[in-house]
Amino acid sequence: MRDVAVVGFAQSDSMRRETDRNEVEILIPVMQELRKKTGLTNDQVDFVCSGSSDYLAGQSFAFIAGLDAVGAWPPICESHLEMDGAWALYEAWVKIQMGYADLALVYGFGKPSMGDLPLTMALQLDPYTTMPLWPDAISIAAIQARLCQEGGTLSAEEMAERAVRDRGNAKSNPYAQVKGDFSVDGILADPYIANPLRKHDCSPISDGASVMIIASAEKAREFQDRPAFIRGFEHICEPMDFGVRDLTSSKSTEIAAEKAGVRADKIDVAELSAPFTHQEILVERALGLDESTNINPSGGALAGNPIMAVGLTRIGEAAARIWDGSADRAVAHATSGPCLQQNLVCLMEGN
Amino acid sequence: MSEPSLTAPHQLAYTYKRSLGPVLSRFFTALRDRKILGVKRKDGTVLVPAREYDPDTAESLDELVEVQDTGVVRSWSWVPKPRAQQPLDHPFAYALVQLDGADTTMLHVVDAGSEAQMATGMRVKARWAKETSGAITDFVFVPGE
Repeated sequence: MRDVAVVGFAQSDSMRRETDRNEVEILIPVMQELRKKTGLTNDQVDFVCSGSSDYLAGQSFAFIAGLDAVGAWPPICESHLEMDGAWALYEAWVKIQMGYADLALVYGFGKPSMGDLPLTMALQLDPYTTMPLWPDAISIAAIQARLCQEGGTLSAEEMAERAVRDRGNAKSNPYAQVKGDFSVDGILADPYIANPLRKHDCSPISDGASVMIIASAEKAREFQDRPAFIRGFEHICEPMDFGVRDLTSSKSTEIAAEKAGVRADKIDVAELSAPFTHQEILVERALGLDESTNINPSGGALAGNPIMAVGLTRIGEAAARIWDGSADRAVAHATSGPCLQQNLVCLMEGN
Repeated sequence: MSEPSLTAPHQLAYTYKRSLGPVLSRFFTALRDRKILGVKRKDGTVLVPAREYDPDTAESLDELVEVQDTGVVRSWSWVPKPRAQQPLDHPFAYALVQLDGADTTMLHVVDAGSEAQMATGMRVKARWAKETSGAITDFVFVPGE
């Protein structure tokens, strides 16, 4: 395996509704900020890879417009995934592993506020047996939360604790959208929005974008004194039908974590992109995290959920803590599909 | 002061026809006849809805078996304000329902009247549309045997 490291990152604010700029106009200043911070120029980039969703934009091939932020002349080597930018990073990492590139520019962007996001998410379900019923994302998550609560996997109190922790942590994150001091009792006094989920159990709807540079070891130190070397990178998918999955655990996260070597040593920082509080608990358990790990110092997805960028942003937030020396070993998580169907785990180390 | 941005409605739709393949074709044709089919896996358990491939082993599956249109709610969530696209125009539940004769649950709709009527473990039965079309929306579940 080649040593490959995350060496640059920039992100937009997570915004509830960006009314005046389109997806690409949200992305462009983030790309400019990254270039300014790192001095990156296009001739240094061997491969460009992005994650976004045409379903959010409401038109086919909407992602092509994202290239306006990169600059596609002279011709570039480029790829796109209809997935979170974390998976675009995975593709770029494979490209570098195979020796086809030494440095890659990766980005994710989305503007879900143009539609009704919980309903748009129904379009990712089986198009014949499930999607025609239009089960919205919150209803489906609520079914999972009830299975967890009634089966004794977790409690409403534990879920509220995640919201309190993440939104409290997010007070020091200038890009976060939902932040502040909340209490478990206060949250549990709130009404349900989809029994047994309360508003605080759900991530916000966020427009936003993030951009990252990864490079082979030889090039990495041109950008960072202490690059965040990727030591394990895995993603695993579970079946499409809810009925054949155990929704009270995150088996795919567990397998990915095992393959990535997460449990081999202490984890200093973890950044999780679970969009619901009960899912965050399932991911924590699947990764084997305990109090010794600083979980979601940025606030995670519960404090800002720029869909299609949120997973990549978790990797960027975790990497930044290796760059500044506050962590030696960090893990980042991204998810895709309903009820944590597909999960990605990225393990990074400073040495 | 800048003027407010222009906005325009846009409808996303799946506007083309496609073949459902050997297993789902029979599943949906059966729905038209008010029957629900599952598929038997190698280990004898029955998946509903019927699937062409085993989700664990990827083996081809083709032994379709009829299951009952009655079953048990294994989990649910309440929809207090249905959206226009959703199957009912009054509050209802989405639920994981395990049909009698099936070993797995399926996601569907329960028209229970009120949230207080919903409980995990409750019995439900299909209420079929007056005219069926061979679609998953040909029925919804209602409480009862």
